[in-house]
Amino acid sequence: MNPLVIIRIAFRALNKNKLRSTLTMLGIIIGVGAVIAMVSIGQGAQSTIQDQIASIGQNMLFIRPGSSNQGGMRFGAGSVSTLTADDVEAIRRECSAVRYASPGVRASVQVVFGNLNWSTSVQGVNQDLPEIRKWTVESGEFFTEVDIRTAARVVVLGKTVVLNLFPGTDPVGQVIRIRNLPFRVLGVMATRGQNQMGDDQDDTIIMPYTTAQRKLLSITHINFAMVSAVSPASTFTAEQQITELLRQRHRIKPNQEDDFTVRNLTDVADAAEETNSIMTRLLGSVAGVSLLVGGIGIMNIMLVSVTERTREIGIRMAVGARSGHIRLQFLTESVVLSLLGGLMGVGFGIGISIIISRLLGWPTLVSPASIAVSFLFSGTVGILFGYYPARKAAGLDPIEALRYE
Amino acid sequence: MLPASPRNGHRSDGPVILLEHIHKTYHAGEVEVHALRGVSLEVEAGDFVAIMGASGSGKSTLMNLLGCLDHPTKGTYRLNGLDVSGLTKDERADIRNRYVGFVFQGFNLLPRTSALENVEVPLLYSGVPRKERDRRASEVLAMLGLGDRLLSMPNQLSGGQQQRVAIARSLINRPAIVLADEPTGNLDSRTSIEVMEVFQRLNDEQRITMLLVTHEQDIAHYAKRIIVIKDGRIQSDSPMTARRDARKEFASLPPELEDEE
Ligand SMILES: Nc1ncnc2c1ncn2[C@@H]1O[C@H](COP(=O)(O)OP(=O)(O)OP(=O)(O)O)[C@@H](O)[C@H]1O
Ligand SMILES: [Mg+2]
Repeated sequence: MNPLVIIRIAFRALNKNKLRSTLTMLGIIIGVGAVIAMVSIGQGAQSTIQDQIASIGQNMLFIRPGSSNQGGMRFGAGSVSTLTADDVEAIRRECSAVRYASPGVRASVQVVFGNLNWSTSVQGVNQDLPEIRKWTVESGEFFTEVDIRTAARVVVLGKTVVLNLFPGTDPVGQVIRIRNLPFRVLGVMATRGQNQMGDDQDDTIIMPYTTAQRKLLSITHINFAMVSAVSPASTFTAEQQITELLRQRHRIKPNQEDDFTVRNLTDVADAAEETNSIMTRLLGSVAGVSLLVGGIGIMNIMLVSVTERTREIGIRMAVGARSGHIRLQFLTESVVLSLLGGLMGVGFGIGISIIISRLLGWPTLVSPASIAVSFLFSGTVGILFGYYPARKAAGLDPIEALRYE
Repeated sequence: MLPASPRNGHRSDGPVILLEHIHKTYHAGEVEVHALRGVSLEVEAGDFVAIMGASGSGKSTLMNLLGCLDHPTKGTYRLNGLDVSGLTKDERADIRNRYVGFVFQGFNLLPRTSALENVEVPLLYSGVPRKERDRRASEVLAMLGLGDRLLSMPNQLSGGQQQRVAIARSLINRPAIVLADEPTGNLDSRTSIEVMEVFQRLNDEQRITMLLVTHEQDIAHYAKRIIVIKDGRIQSDSPMTARRDARKEFASLPPELEDEE
């Protein structure tokens, strides 16, 4: 029997009971829609993280004072004062796997320009920052080694600061006041957006670390250091060289713990990605359960349909339908139901993920793989849950079926 | 038009139907019901047999066996020279499709399906392509006077018209035999004559072998031969004397609006 004929019979049967077919498909539509939407949220988050890692620079390393066991994330200025700019200079000079290195000093400040003021954070760094963070200067220029040596009162502004202090005017060359000291604006950094913690990376003022140390904080240590390895592949070597050098410089005995922590961004990325893929799988399986429920709905309706159409089955058998024909007819009906439901579910899921990204601002990514998988899955649901009703139909005795009232 | 006999795959020598000592026993729980107890029967091509008998005598059981809807408990059945008593379920389905046409008391058309498509159903299972299905089905429907009702649904047709659609369906695969179990049971006398006229015409003009179960003596009189069954056995088997001619009777009926169309 021609498969097209069977498919046409199935469509016609479903068409005769439009409302019921639609309601039956609803289970699958919601199930597949949920799978697509959930997975799109998870994958959207994942790809955002990957993009950010790539934009930050995969060969970047973070060094902060204090061991990873002691104090955990203590970042506040002055909490641990074991790391110095000399350490960073030594790393830059002696570690062959390191290309750039910058000290980092942090401070929270109030900035004033004219009658406008703005609370933001200051990062004291050196001239390598744009290279390390792969962050370009949009207008004006970055400060130089000379500015660092002389602790010049110069700053480069992030976009958010510019928007708040210089609405509609060009800040380059202007003078702003931080803690009552005048600072000349050298340039403006390109827009960077949020980091994976959701912080606005453009809400910052960048200045020579020496300036931040002496003019703002009166400290001699640094809060952190940023290092760029010569290539992504050499981050591990760089990490080892830095650890060895700093242990030596800090005179740490072999049985003692490090008084600093070197972190590799790929570790951070891996951790984030793992959390994310667990989430994706969790959401996916919740959605999978609803797909299962949809399948049970199909089975239920197919069983009702077989009973209702017992006489039709008898007629078809009397005029020469084999059991296989009847089985195929009902199986096709349930597969058509589930695939049609799957198709609509894909549309529904894409719609949901668009709405989510519009309304909540979450990044979503509908991957062809998730479409293919949920489509395949709904087809399988149709076969699995349609098989029993179809077998029941095919097993009917023609004489009894013809007599059925 | 249907080709004249010998029909498709039909051996012209020997009887179309040959039953030898057929038994059918049903097991209803603990009880055994001997519905047929040794039926032997020969039917030649082109015959028109009426089967009569009291209720429960085994007429429908016999028709189901003849139509390969069921298989005998004992005995052999040759249809068209082919022994069909030991066939599998699928093989019997194929035999029904090729060699047997059924007409039922309750018409048994597929609901919400046009006359044309109802007639085409057997062709679906013999793999006839769509164009030819349409052509053959509309030909047969036209022959039965329904050429203008091809796309009507069963609930838009009168009882007589529905039964003619069912007859068209039974003929569509050019069967060796047409089996009708009380085909006029649901029809008034006028429409019954109309249906019998169709059967007689098919039998006379195209030599289609007809077997017809009826409770009504006057319907049986349209056949050429009458068999009476009692308690699962053939009680009598005789040629019809004073055969009725449905066409003449129909013509002489008072003109009346044929159907509510
Ligand atoms: N599936 C079955 N299971 C058990 N007994 C059956 C079955 N089908 C028929 N019988 C019995 O077999 C006998 C013959 O039944 P059958 O239907 O052939 O009678 P019939 O001559 O067609 O009667 P009617 O004129 O009422 O249609 C009856 O006693 C009936 O109860
Ligand atoms: Mg009966």
